[in-house]
Amino acid sequence: MLDIAAAYNKYKFLGNDFLTWIWFSIETQKNFSDLLGSKDVITLEIGNSIVLENQLGDKSKEKITIKGDEAGLEEGTTALKKGAWVTQINLMCKINEDEYKFTIKGESYNITGLKTPKTDLSKTGDEIEGLVLEKAFFCLKIYEVIDTLFLKYLEQRVSDNWNHKGLQEIKNWIVSF
Amino acid sequence: MGLISSTHSISRYHIEGKIEGSAAEEVRNGLIAYSIPKIESEFDALSAGWTPFESPYNPDFDKFSIQFGAYFLFSLRVDKKSIPTRLIQKYMAIEIEKKMEKSGRQFISKNEKTEIKEMIIDLLMHKIPAVPSIYEVLWNYEEQTLYLFSTQKAANELFETIFLKSFKLKPVRLFPYTLVETKSVFSNSDKDRILSLTPLKYTR
Repeated sequence: MLDIAAAYNKYKFLGNDFLTWIWFSIETQKNFSDLLGSKDVITLEIGNSIVLENQLGDKSKEKITIKGDEAGLEEGTTALKKGAWVTQINLMCKINEDEYKFTIKGESYNITGLKTPKTDLSKTGDEIEGLVLEKAFFCLKIYEVIDTLFLKYLEQRVSDNWNHKGLQEIKNWIVSF
Repeated sequence: MGLISSTHSISRYHIEGKIEGSAAEEVRNGLIAYSIPKIESEFDALSAGWTPFESPYNPDFDKFSIQFGAYFLFSLRVDKKSIPTRLIQKYMAIEIEKKMEKSGRQFISKNEKTEIKEMIIDLLMHKIPAVPSIYEVLWNYEEQTLYLFSTQKAANELFETIFLKSFKLKPVRLFPYTLVETKSVFSNSDKDRILSLTPLKYTR
């Protein structure tokens, strides 16, 4: 393995490219259950924030943050046209009837503000172990979905037809705005 | 933002290696060896160590379990004293005035000011109680994956240091590169292809 700090900086683009691909996949209504090879009904939607970054000619960066429950994403699509990529995104994920909301950062893969489905178990007494296990299940479930999607994305990236198909589809989507 | 709160912030680790002997026993021993002291030190600006998940303010691992189903669950507690700058400024002003009055001078030197500041910080550090922060740790030992319920850089760094000391196992942060290296089933040639990728350019 490479030095961790060096690898973090060198490959953070993989996370950002992945989040951009997730946005594209949501907007072009890809079937996430099929992508994940899951029997569960899995849907993803853009939540209430998205952050994009654009490397300018010199060492400076342009950062575009869109926030709000009903916010339009026009600035985001314009930024994509200018060559930006998604660095952080808030997502709503539904797995069958269970709803999850969270923000994921491309470079660190950290999840913040994760809201898991409600549980009826109490924080005290005999139910504490059940509550812990249920919460752990929910938290790990969302990582399972995101990890599988990430690895599927990488599979596509290294496939022979990526340049003709995968990348071209994203480019077509971007110019369609 | 812990495990049983309504929202969570999580960073993940791959744990390199395995413990020799009984994992449950060795993990418990490591937690006890590096548990947070029961009695707060009045001299330390920062104190950190493990506590049971169910008892964050009493690090008694004999009384509380660390095993929940297939997981080890415990907490990292960080007690930190921080003196507000304005409090230091206030006592500095009082002490400087006292010193000038006593010496009959109209000014005091830079060195004297530094000495006064150090003395004040020392004094306040003893008086101010530490503020505790609790970060839960959920460890799937068999899968070598650990979830730290924090994304704060300082907490993550403290966790990494104490974890390595406690269990002699290296926690490796999971981010795109390490995820490919440690959690994927890609062949070596696919891994090489992934690691030779460059950022995408979407514009024509």
